[in-house]
Amino acid sequence: MSTSTLVTLPDQSTAKIPKVNFLNQENGLLSWILTLDHKRIAILYLITTVFFFMIGGAAAAVIRLELLTPAGDLVAADTYNKLFSIHGIIMVFFFLVPIAPAVLGNFLIPLMIGARDVALPRVNLLSWYLFVIGGCFELYMIIFGGVDTGWTFTTPLSTHYVNTHVVGAAMGIFIAGFSSILTGINFIVTIHKMRAPGMTWFRLPLFIWSFYATSIIFVLATPVIAIAMVLIVLERVVGIGVFDPARGGDPILFQHLFWFYSHPAVYVMILPGMGVISEVVSTFSRKRVFGYTAVAFSSVAIAVFSFFVWAHHMFIMGISNYSALVFSLMTMLVAVPSAIKVFNWSATMYKGSIHFDTPMIYTLGFLGLFTIGGLTGVFLATLGMDIHLTETYFIVAHFHYVMVGGMVSALMAGIHFWWPKITGRMYPESLGRLAAIILFIGFNLTFFPQFILGYLGMPRRYWSYPPEFQVLNVFSSAGATILAIGYLLPFLYLPWSITYGEIAGSNPWKATGLEWQTQSPPLMENFPEIPIMDHEAYDYDWLERHQQEVASV
Amino acid sequence: MSETASTTHGVLAGAQHEHPPYQRHHFSSVAQQFDASNFAMWLFLLTEIMFFGGLFTSYLIMRNWYYPAFVAGSHQLSIFLGTTMTAVLIISSFTMAMAVWCAETGRKRDLILSLSLTLLLGVVFLCLKGFEWHGEWVEYHVPGLRFSVENFVNPASDPQVFKEYHDKPLATDMAENVGQYFFLYFVMTGMHALHMIIGVSVLTFMILRARAGDYTSGHVTFVENFGLYWHFVDIVWIFLFPLLYLISRHS
Amino acid sequence: MNYISPVLWQFLRKWLTHFALFPPEASKMASQMDALFFFLVLVSLVGLTVVVLIVVGSSMAYHHRRHPQAVQIEGSTLLEATWTIIPLGLFLVMFVWGALLYFRVYTPPANAMNIYVVGKQWMWKAEHPGGQHEIDALHVPIGRPIQLTLISQDVFHSFSIPAFRVKREAIPGRYTSVWFEATQVGTYHLFCTQYCGTNHSQMIGEVVVMTPDDYQKWLAGSTSGDSLAQDGERLFASLSCNACHNPTAAARGPNLVGVYGSHLTLTSGQTITVDEAYLRSAILDPSEHVTQGYAPIMPTYQGQVSEEGVIALVEYIKNLNSDYRIQQTLNTTGFSPNIEEKQAPAGKATAAPGEVKQ
Repeated sequence: MSTSTLVTLPDQSTAKIPKVNFLNQENGLLSWILTLDHKRIAILYLITTVFFFMIGGAAAAVIRLELLTPAGDLVAADTYNKLFSIHGIIMVFFFLVPIAPAVLGNFLIPLMIGARDVALPRVNLLSWYLFVIGGCFELYMIIFGGVDTGWTFTTPLSTHYVNTHVVGAAMGIFIAGFSSILTGINFIVTIHKMRAPGMTWFRLPLFIWSFYATSIIFVLATPVIAIAMVLIVLERVVGIGVFDPARGGDPILFQHLFWFYSHPAVYVMILPGMGVISEVVSTFSRKRVFGYTAVAFSSVAIAVFSFFVWAHHMFIMGISNYSALVFSLMTMLVAVPSAIKVFNWSATMYKGSIHFDTPMIYTLGFLGLFTIGGLTGVFLATLGMDIHLTETYFIVAHFHYVMVGGMVSALMAGIHFWWPKITGRMYPESLGRLAAIILFIGFNLTFFPQFILGYLGMPRRYWSYPPEFQVLNVFSSAGATILAIGYLLPFLYLPWSITYGEIAGSNPWKATGLEWQTQSPPLMENFPEIPIMDHEAYDYDWLERHQQEVASV
Repeated sequence: MSETASTTHGVLAGAQHEHPPYQRHHFSSVAQQFDASNFAMWLFLLTEIMFFGGLFTSYLIMRNWYYPAFVAGSHQLSIFLGTTMTAVLIISSFTMAMAVWCAETGRKRDLILSLSLTLLLGVVFLCLKGFEWHGEWVEYHVPGLRFSVENFVNPASDPQVFKEYHDKPLATDMAENVGQYFFLYFVMTGMHALHMIIGVSVLTFMILRARAGDYTSGHVTFVENFGLYWHFVDIVWIFLFPLLYLISRHS
Repeated sequence: MNYISPVLWQFLRKWLTHFALFPPEASKMASQMDALFFFLVLVSLVGLTVVVLIVVGSSMAYHHRRHPQAVQIEGSTLLEATWTIIPLGLFLVMFVWGALLYFRVYTPPANAMNIYVVGKQWMWKAEHPGGQHEIDALHVPIGRPIQLTLISQDVFHSFSIPAFRVKREAIPGRYTSVWFEATQVGTYHLFCTQYCGTNHSQMIGEVVVMTPDDYQKWLAGSTSGDSLAQDGERLFASLSCNACHNPTAAARGPNLVGVYGSHLTLTSGQTITVDEAYLRSAILDPSEHVTQGYAPIMPTYQGQVSEEGVIALVEYIKNLNSDYRIQQTLNTTGFSPNIEEKQAPAGKATAAPGEVKQ
């Protein structure tokens, strides 16, 4: 692979980080925890979500270690159950759901549409505090004994049969849910009302479209899980019997309420990643995204369809055969917009002028892993096949391919891509590429064997397993150590680069977005004066003309 | 806008500009600010609809399954009390609408009066609700905490209701399901009451600010948005009232 | 082999002998499921290859050194329509194929032999019609359709036999069913795949597939004496069901002879077909299932009869085809119109299996 990159850095001997920027404009702890600036709130979110990622990751490490041997010999069965429950709850509700919208979205949406801030800065800060309070509930739950219901809180197990901190965990999710709702409202209002002059809907970067779709899901789906969690808490504390079949209740009702949120939530986790990929593919191919309208509308289509597929989590749970038909069909339909996107991104590279910097390598990894993740999702949507595959490691592998292979790759691409904008400095390029490649290899080694395990029938959430599954499990655990290195490298070099990285200048990637037309790191209110958008998104000819103009002045 | 009071600020050289004090700095005009917060309020109400929607759906499903139990349960509620509460809320919606109008036309004294009336009616509603809940507690209708099937297995044990409806006795298994009715009754009215309590607290805060003249100098966004919220809470009750009190009234 | 440490060598050997990519195909359904799986894998491979070819091809052909100036392309409706319609078509094929298979797995044939399975934390109990009970094991004959009627006594469980490619959730409070026809003699894994609490991973067992002869021998060797229906008969008598459900003219409840499979009109005006699920709920929630013309006087048996007891009762009622059987129960308990004063014959009624002792 070539070592030459797209980066055009200013002359490092004379370059300076702008004297005034959002990082140094105000000082002291108070100026951070009481800040109304969307960029600072994004950084607060980054720190908290990364903290939760470490907890979830540590749980995953112990899980993989336990599964090295068929017998359950490292931790007790109860401990193992708590570990995977904590891993699921933390990673889903406190890492995957918030990180992309709250970190990348908060930082970039106002910059990209040419606004000084999000529409409701105080609500934005409030939503961070709600998230932190929800997180504290989870920490309390973990420290004082954990919870062993799995992240799905299946009733009546969670309401009548376990004796762990279900109430604490549910309250944490309930509160963090309001943080999501407020973030969603804030983004929708910002995108509707705060666009710069000339920024029409079809000039918006595709990143904005996918975050808009994400926000719709936040606003419409999250209240339903709030209700589901309230019912769980009431059932446990007061014992009203709404999920208890012996008292006229129905445990399936909970499944409906839970998945009505949690399936759309899956798209909350992947849609922002899709937005990042659109930006990165375009920038590093020096070419506009192929079929802008199709990519934009497919995001909205995914958000809309995602509300009509929830019962595909219940194909073997005794829903009627005919409703299973409808939900299978709807699930097939929701796969189509994702397919369109993958093909459009691939076509964007055709006849481009492609550079292989770190974000692009992550993106290529994303394309492969997300395609596998998406296609195996179709396996599960196929009714008959689902009978054999559901509740096995196949499903574990499938959603990790989408959530970790897809989303975390996209997230890494995004963080590397906008790192110079956030900090004003470059990360070390060769280390970045190395980490991206290690992540890709480690990920496949960890999760591909799980597809085979799943077809062999190994059930998920098993603490011990029959010995013939050991080979593949050892591969998987070995891969997990490589994957861990892939994650740890950025944890080391990114903080290093804040002080020692090369100064990036305002537009190191020669990208077209408005966020690149202002200084890095940006000012407290983003732009000295509100820009006027007079060209389409991804217009590289405009960028060239613009740069010449600036140079000649 | 011809404000006398205007603020000049800006940390950056060249970013000096003037705008009325209530305009938040990141908006380019008051109109944009109003549009944005108004739109946000509507979105918030949308999530609220989804929130109550989950409960309404559960209620309708359960009612369909356990029809006789739900009829017996709703006979326990007093129509008179329900109607009174509805009337109180509708009047409070009217006074709230008056408050918005007063704010828009800059009538400070009338604004404070309308807000205080709204507050008063809100508190009256909550008291009536508390009274009704107390009644259910006394009669052992609180599932999980204090519940007995006596009134449904043997309707004559509750002479007041029996005189009016002549309910047939329910079998024990069906009578247990009245618990589901009361559970949903408490969750739904409880969630509604929670919204009322939040509304009443905000109203108190607004009255204080209205006395300082904050809403009568052109900045009415907050009053208008709160008005939307208050009407929404009212509308939720307009759905709850027939579902819980009226729907099984034929005798 | 001296240069490989013996431990590592043992490990490698163990791996290689235990390594498999596919579970055994031991039922009629398995080969059909595998065919669909191969089709899905094939389509996925083609799809993945197309994407990888475009991406890798473009990466090589349009590397910025070879292709310094990008050609701006707006898009192409024709191309986009192509890659919308082709995946959609393929997905629809998968949908139809999958749906056919799903209906096949979850629609047991009429001649299937019914085995009841009760799941509870953390064991599976199978109940054969002949009264054989087994725990964490299931013995079935080859070449005969077997229907499993599943229910859970506590939380959700899921009954999975990977070698047969079938799985079904066992749900508290309602029957679910699944069927298979075993084709290969052998012992296969039985898993609980729905997370059900502490010992979820110990809720496993084995499915033993036998030739019909061996199966007959096994049946004879593990019978407990009474068939499931006979257990039900005892329970029917000891719970005094026969006090009301009997063929006499004074009976206060409907006669249950031949009721299974018939159409009933309920007091609510609904017409239903009597199946296992109906019988179960009529025992546990009687007031919602009163036959037209009868008073709602039946008490609920919720909490008084275990799931196994309900199964025995259901099996008994299913097999009731003459008044003679009910007469028998009347004789054993001594029919008395005033059941409150009736004294249960010592040792008989109290010992009936399936009754929850309080």
